[in-house]
Amino acid sequence: MIIARHLTKRYDRTTALDDVSFLIEAGEAVALWGANGAGKTTTLRCLLGVQGFEGDLTVAGIQVSKNGKAARAVIGYVPQETAFYDMTVLETLHFYARLKKVIPSRVQDVLEQVQLTEHVSKRVNMLSGGMKQRLALAVALLADPPVLVLDEPTANLDVKAQRDFIHTVQTLNRAGKTIVFSSHRLDEVIALGSRVLVLADGRLILESPPHELAEKLGLHRWLRIWVPAQHKDDTLRVLDAHGFTSMPNGRSIYVQVSQSGKIAPLRSLELASIPVEDFDLIDGALMLQGENHD
Amino acid sequence: MIEFANIRTIAEKELRDALRNRWFIVFTIAFAGLALALSALIQPGGTQLRMMSYSRTAASLINLVLLFVPLIGLTLGSTNLASDRETGALAYLLAQPVNRLEVLLGKYLGMAGALLATLTLGFGVAGVALALQGSIQDAGSYLLTVLLAYLLALAMLSLGFLVSAVAQKTTAALGGALFLWLFLVFIGDLGIMGTTVAMRMPIETVFFIAVLNPLQMFKLASILTIQANLEVLGPAGLYATDQFGGLLLPLLLVGLLIWIVVPLLGAMALFSRQEKFVLKGSTR
Repeated sequence: MIIARHLTKRYDRTTALDDVSFLIEAGEAVALWGANGAGKTTTLRCLLGVQGFEGDLTVAGIQVSKNGKAARAVIGYVPQETAFYDMTVLETLHFYARLKKVIPSRVQDVLEQVQLTEHVSKRVNMLSGGMKQRLALAVALLADPPVLVLDEPTANLDVKAQRDFIHTVQTLNRAGKTIVFSSHRLDEVIALGSRVLVLADGRLILESPPHELAEKLGLHRWLRIWVPAQHKDDTLRVLDAHGFTSMPNGRSIYVQVSQSGKIAPLRSLELASIPVEDFDLIDGALMLQGENHD
Repeated sequence: MIEFANIRTIAEKELRDALRNRWFIVFTIAFAGLALALSALIQPGGTQLRMMSYSRTAASLINLVLLFVPLIGLTLGSTNLASDRETGALAYLLAQPVNRLEVLLGKYLGMAGALLATLTLGFGVAGVALALQGSIQDAGSYLLTVLLAYLLALAMLSLGFLVSAVAQKTTAALGGALFLWLFLVFIGDLGIMGTTVAMRMPIETVFFIAVLNPLQMFKLASILTIQANLEVLGPAGLYATDQFGGLLLPLLLVGLLIWIVVPLLGAMALFSRQEKFVLKGSTR
């Protein structure tokens, strides 16, 4: 479905993409993973044909460099930050439906698909972040394109909206859509992706199944545990005896955990009869480098 | 390949947006109100007096156009692309199956439609008031003045779009537009007058420098339509009348058309080449 060969993008003296090649089969859900400036968004912009590049890139058999507009016609795009004009939900969908040469009845179909039917008369700026993202997905689905390109689609959503959005995209993928998305969240990559392309400094450094990514990149999640002050030393000793890497931090203790073993330190402490007052997962450790505005 | 259906879709959206724009509504009401007030100031009397009154009213309308139309054309044009760029709406629109020329032309035509509708309303109410008082002796010259105002509005909109194509932020675009407005309306004239005195320039040079300004082109052409010669402008006007005669008005019309087309082509050339400038966010 998508073939990229020696994709290179330079901005003045900066090389944003450096000789990146990949192949994405129809029906795959491929994540672009990387830190800020890794080249994820640049890759997506190349796919959309909204910027020039060196190398070859074809989407559904269309050469993007020669016919960006035709490539965009077979791609549905959901940006990280939705930016709609000041119109109602219905006006917005009809506007983009006309640009995509879609029959007006299709608007109703996508509204139902993303569950926005009740909100058609609302102005877009009155919608929540989650609903705006669903509207962007509705726009993307108008022409029923074979490829969906999602740029950090859940970065600005709350937990429930993230879950709902991921579920919708999973359904679309199961229905045969090819999904390409950028993300810096491991849980999202695991939930959505069938393969991960890891970018660093504009280069493709690794291709991996999502569940192997954390191990291959040495990524760890940190569990923060609060225990009564009198049990702090015992806690550190028990965690150390069970092979956990831990470090005290004020009243709490940080414990390094694997993606699938988040509960293990808590079980160890329970067996040692150490009461745990509270705990939290530190998502920041999942990010390669801080918040992503790539 | 440019698709006219896309241009039309974007133009219709821009037209709707403009008609909802608070500043645009204020401008429309102000322009129509002032035009009506000017036409109502005519004192009825004999035929000769009515003709003189019409000339005075037409001259006042011309001055109104010279102040208002460049201001609204430049500000609306300059903020159009820049504000969309700033909000990210432009990047999102360009990620759809449209090309940049369709977007720019659609936006231009939509704004042009809104601007011309405003002028039509203003000149319309003034024309009706003048007609009711029997002051319009020659409807053709009035319509020609309206046509010239249309051309000036489009020229200013083109210049505004050129500013918008190079300005990254709305505030910068607005600043650029206001500077251009001040330059064209006030500073340009003062500069020419000062240079003429200081350098003792010949009258033909003064004339040619003056008509480089589209506002001067509009003014000269409008005066020609209401009184057939430019004696009122002194030596430069006499020179123009002697030198070009009946060709002067067509030449001025062509000049205004050039002021519409060239800045718009410039905006198109710049906009179609822009890359990271258009796309919001970092470049990687």
